[in-house]
Amino acid sequence: MSHTKVTGDTPPQAELDAFRELQQLAYRAASDVAATLEPGVTEREAARRVREHLEGHGVQDWFHTPFAWFGDRTAFRGFRVPLQFFPSRRRLEEGMPFILDCAPVRDGYVADIGYSGYLGENPLHDRLMDDLRAHRDLIVERVRAGDTLQSVYRAVDALIRDQGYDNRHQVYPGRVIAHQVGKVRSRLPRAVVAGFGVRSLQTLVGDLVVERMHHRSPLWADGDISAHPATPGMWAVEPHIGFRDIGVKFEEILVVTEDDAHWLDDDLPHVRRWDSRTRGGEPPAPAPPVSSPSPTTEVTR
Amino acid sequence: MNSPLHPHGHVTASDGQRLAVHTAGDPARPTLLLVHGYPDNASVWAALAADLAADHHVVAYDVRGAGRSTAPDDRSGYRMDQLARDVVTVADAVSPDAPVHLVGHDWGAIQSWHAVTEPAHAHRFASYTAVSGPNLDHAGHWLRRRPDGLRHVLRQSVRSGYIGFFHLPGVPEAAWLTGVGGLALSALERIGGGPHTPARRATRDYLNGLALYRANMLPRLTRPAERRTDVPVQVLAPTRDAFMVDQVQSNAARWVEDLRFHRFQGGHWTLRSRPAAVARRVRSLVAEIESGAPRPRRVRTAQQARRHGGAFTGQVAVVTGAGSGIGRSLCFELAERGARIVAVDVNGPAAERTAELSALLTPGAGAQRVDVTDAAAVAKLAEWVRDEYGVPDLVVNNAGIGVAGPFLDTTSEDWERVVDVNLWGVIHGCRAFAPMMVGAGGGGRIVNTASAASYLPSRVYGAYAATKAAVLMLSRSLRGELADSGVTVTAVCPGLIDTGIISNARLSGMGERSAAKDRLNRLYRLRGYTPEKAARRIADALDRDPEIIPVTGEAHAGLLLSRLSPGALRAAARLSPPV
Repeated sequence: MSHTKVTGDTPPQAELDAFRELQQLAYRAASDVAATLEPGVTEREAARRVREHLEGHGVQDWFHTPFAWFGDRTAFRGFRVPLQFFPSRRRLEEGMPFILDCAPVRDGYVADIGYSGYLGENPLHDRLMDDLRAHRDLIVERVRAGDTLQSVYRAVDALIRDQGYDNRHQVYPGRVIAHQVGKVRSRLPRAVVAGFGVRSLQTLVGDLVVERMHHRSPLWADGDISAHPATPGMWAVEPHIGFRDIGVKFEEILVVTEDDAHWLDDDLPHVRRWDSRTRGGEPPAPAPPVSSPSPTTEVTR
Repeated sequence: MNSPLHPHGHVTASDGQRLAVHTAGDPARPTLLLVHGYPDNASVWAALAADLAADHHVVAYDVRGAGRSTAPDDRSGYRMDQLARDVVTVADAVSPDAPVHLVGHDWGAIQSWHAVTEPAHAHRFASYTAVSGPNLDHAGHWLRRRPDGLRHVLRQSVRSGYIGFFHLPGVPEAAWLTGVGGLALSALERIGGGPHTPARRATRDYLNGLALYRANMLPRLTRPAERRTDVPVQVLAPTRDAFMVDQVQSNAARWVEDLRFHRFQGGHWTLRSRPAAVARRVRSLVAEIESGAPRPRRVRTAQQARRHGGAFTGQVAVVTGAGSGIGRSLCFELAERGARIVAVDVNGPAAERTAELSALLTPGAGAQRVDVTDAAAVAKLAEWVRDEYGVPDLVVNNAGIGVAGPFLDTTSEDWERVVDVNLWGVIHGCRAFAPMMVGAGGGGRIVNTASAASYLPSRVYGAYAATKAAVLMLSRSLRGELADSGVTVTAVCPGLIDTGIISNARLSGMGERSAAKDRLNRLYRLRGYTPEKAARRIADALDRDPEIIPVTGEAHAGLLLSRLSPGALRAAARLSPPV
């Protein structure tokens, strides 16, 4: 098996391009479907639309089939068991946030993306999306600096706390903020079990075993097993922040090389959104005006 | 008291009844229209009108069947739609060019609610202040859906028992005529304290008004309609109302775009003997609306709107230590429930951040950087809050720091710091805010953050526990002291909440050793009780104004043990720290 090569492997440029192309396709599917969502649509229906959209574009297999979360399910409120991640009959209402998350596989290449949106208008959701940008910057900077995954995770946690939000990726199985991805090389038949493609799972489990032998993990969390710098390769990173009933996330691939790290692609909906809001004269991360009777004044000595 | 209200003549209602109108004050001023309840007449407003006539054009009228107004022959003449039309008829007569500010009490509030939630009438009203009277349709929904739980519905049912009695044929009439009813009423009027001013009522006030109940209660409560309004409404609930629980009134937040819910000390008729608290709220709402200041709209998800009643709607809440942990989460929780937040922290940017996010839930939040150990700064804060927001409904003295380690290793600097923040911070907060809350007529809440450590002795955190025990006893004593003025005091004892207090704590005698902190942090994280959950529990519990709110399971168990089996706790106090 090829698992001995899991570590220390940055894919060649041609492969990176193929990964990038699939990630673009997945984001396009999510944003196209998001534009069609109307009040009354269920999570299952939304997930089905993403699935059909991608299967119409040559996707043959799934790392995991599309997820859709509406309302307070975007923040995973009340999630106790993994089954609750699966699309439900929750109906979208005017003013509800939603997240579409899918991980298609095409010709062995994998994408894993998360798309956050909102039906109607909501300044609070805008605020969370704006604040998510700092996490994207923080993660790549810390990985570049050679910090351990554990300490990057904790830095993200601290930033979430400072921002006044709470960490929702800790609800994912294993509390993971990211997991390693690579080309699927499996001879198993294509099948989806409990939402996850068996070929991708086999690859992931194989990685788990090999990495465990190196006292590392392809799953990036805050445990001691993540107390090592990012291994070269590709990581699907998904910081997920929550505030009250709203959760927002992005998920995209971070490319880690021996001495550097960069996001696979910057031409993504959330990045374009941040750029346009900065250019549009709106403040990038800092405060919108607090609707306070008077500006903050200092009362102390 | 001599009433400042002078007879102004009669207005003819749409069905020909003649309504007696009384006025006071300068007609050039904003018009207040006062609608009395049962079994009163316009004279119930004498004291309030005396206060408000100084800067308002005050108009009161006798509701049909009461005072000097004529009475319909038939019960159908008392139907709600007709009563609401009467309100509009009088408003049109006394202020044809400008909308009026409505104030209703008891049945007058019920009628006025109907008028402001009637789309065709709403434009005639600039604002509405309801004292002790819900919208009957809102109440009908509240009874059926029980959004605040069965307990409150049962409490309300007990208080509404008389309504069934009023439906009996002939019996209530007999009670009024024999004087039995008068005796009972006189007893009920004394609930809530304050000077007792005998009411000036005539026999017809008692008898005719029974038709109000008989014509409206059953249809409204059993087949409630959806009634909404954009008119700004403030609900004023006496703390000791014999006939109404808070929740049946605050629940209006579901249907009213701009609702403010405030409590004031007293009973159902306190506005007659001690009108200052009501006058202050009316004056402030009228001034706000007349100033033309933009009224911010709340942004809530549909789920949030469904989840909460209006217990904190439109209230002003000051929270210290609002830059992190439970304080910050409590700000968000209260903001989601409709409170305007003043976030206070020694860390200015953190307080601002809390205010920013709170303002996205309920507009109007503000931030202040204040060191609670500084008495002058806290006093200045209190003045600033009063000037900018008015007297707060809720003050949460929450700022605190963690200090752990054995007594023998705790330096005097550590002691001074922890006593300064944890104890003096609370003292300064209470000293600054309690007098103004009492002075404003009561109904407010003071919440002090103590700790489960205040009743769980341990060698691990002597200094911390000592300050928190002092806060607990201060709160309990102050609660006794302020009970008569209608301000409640509550101590919160959280337990192990994953707030980051450990990361910022001083571990005496252990230097800045972070291994111990790491292990403690892990313990707190494994406990997994988030500040968000704690805030929710605290906000829910405040509903009942308890003396102590233990938050986590261990805080509950510890409190129980400290009362039932102090011996077990003595043994536990000797246990070495788990780190």
